[in-house]
Amino acid sequence: MFDLRDLYQQVIVDHNKSPRNFGKLAGADRVAEGYNPLCGDRLKVYLRIGSDDSIEDVSFEGEGCAISMASASLMTEAIKGQPIDRFTDLLRDFQHMVTSDLAETPDERRMGKLAVLAGVREFPSRIKCATLCWHTMKAAVEGDRAVAKTE
Amino acid sequence: MTIDVDSLRDEFPVLRQEVYGRRLIYLDNAATTQKPSAVIDAIRHYYEYDNANVHRGVHALSERATAGYERAREKLRDLINAASVREIVFTRGTTEAINLVASSWGDANVRAGDEILISEMEHHSDIVPWQLLCERRGARLVVAPISDRGELLVEEFKARLSERTRLVGIVHLSNSLGTINPVAGIVALAHDAGAKVLVDGAQALAHLAVDVRALGADFYVSSAHKMYGPTGIGFLYAKSPLLEDMPPYQGGGDMISHVTFEKTLYNETPFKFEAGTPNIAGAIGYGAAVDWLNAKGVQTLAQHEQRLLAYASQRAEACNDLRVIGTAANKATVLSFILDGIHAHDLGTILDREGIAIRAGHHCTMPVMQHFRVPATARASFAAYNTFDEIDVLFDSLDKAREVFR
Ligand SMILES: Cc1ncc(COP(=O)(O)O)c(C=O)c1O
Repeated sequence: MFDLRDLYQQVIVDHNKSPRNFGKLAGADRVAEGYNPLCGDRLKVYLRIGSDDSIEDVSFEGEGCAISMASASLMTEAIKGQPIDRFTDLLRDFQHMVTSDLAETPDERRMGKLAVLAGVREFPSRIKCATLCWHTMKAAVEGDRAVAKTE
Repeated sequence: MTIDVDSLRDEFPVLRQEVYGRRLIYLDNAATTQKPSAVIDAIRHYYEYDNANVHRGVHALSERATAGYERAREKLRDLINAASVREIVFTRGTTEAINLVASSWGDANVRAGDEILISEMEHHSDIVPWQLLCERRGARLVVAPISDRGELLVEEFKARLSERTRLVGIVHLSNSLGTINPVAGIVALAHDAGAKVLVDGAQALAHLAVDVRALGADFYVSSAHKMYGPTGIGFLYAKSPLLEDMPPYQGGGDMISHVTFEKTLYNETPFKFEAGTPNIAGAIGYGAAVDWLNAKGVQTLAQHEQRLLAYASQRAEACNDLRVIGTAANKATVLSFILDGIHAHDLGTILDREGIAIRAGHHCTMPVMQHFRVPATARASFAAYNTFDEIDVLFDSLDKAREVFR
């Protein structure tokens, strides 16, 4: 039987309450905005790319549901200090995880804490809440200033 | 008169189900209402016995289909007390009806420097078609603000009316706030200024008795699916002289009387505005919905809904972490709210797993969300088949959300 805690795991509730890397980033060299027209969630991500093509620093701000807030917070934790290539891999893995078959157990070794978001698979209307920040970050990484959308 | 809600519920097959092992509690009626068997059966009967194209066959089925389609038009005329069936144009719904007016009447009558005046509480479908019109014609869209209770500020509205105002667009019953606007008064003010008025009645007809002539509205639009009828059908009411003068909206079959490559003569109203094969089954289902509403009595149903709303509002007031958005003195059917620390979207998901269907979001009224500085609200909206018990389950279930986010 399904349990709401599959979706709202404590980690998600905590990150929603006190999101990490929240606020403007001083000295950001990339900014992107994301928008989910379904629920009106808005997100802005800030990025500073280091000379070695790594994500030197990252932050986000915005307002949205617990899933979108927690997902953004967890994402910033996961990619801070990582090479850009690693972000691209994680983005692919994350997208796979949240759209994969329910029978598939998320690869916790690869996904780390992000695995807590696998619960959205049970809630098709909520998958976009979890992926909004990733789409937005992709736009920032690619230096695309246009507003990212979930559709 | 009171209604027997139990027997009324029996008329709605969809309500008999469970979702996630809980009995379905459907509180998303402002998005669309459920359909009684009478409507479902009428559509089924049409397809099983009468299906044919309308206005163009000489055979028995076509005559029956045409008669059913036109009877539905007459039922709508009667429901809103229009002067003539020729004033009722079938459309896909409210949205298409407004677009029809904005394109046909708007392009012919609105010029550079003119103004369209709407309220801050309009649905996107009563905003965007006017924005498009204004862009095409070099006109200006003017907005009359609302109070923090969600009521139109009539003095502000008056101050924005002028000889430049060509048309006023006003929602009869707001889908995100529940506010019932004083439409007759607004129409009188607008007419004094020489403006026409379009009333968005999408939410109104299931909950209010409407007499378009008493209101004085020039245009009145609505959708079947919000009044126990099927999706994909609605209507535009327009006063005859206006409709006669309006150019066609779309070209095609049915809307013509004679076609050569040099020149086409248009059919008379309302057919001039119904190009192509219409939604015949939808119209017939719509007619059945109007019959159903008349048989129950809109006022009787509305009385029950008012009691539900009063009860729900009272329970809402007892929660100190809940803020109701939309507290107009004159309101119906809608309880929009936010819970401290819990986003409406999360609340919607949690209630869903309790079998409760509500809407979470901006309800296609983003300017209303901006007014109240909230990204979204949770909205419970009531119909005749809802019960006090369902409202209790709704409020008791808020604890589930509080628990998750504690
Ligand atoms: C007040 C109001 N106006 C217009 C509409 C649009 O109606 P429809 O989507 O049926 O065209 C709606 C429904 O969402 C509404 O609630």
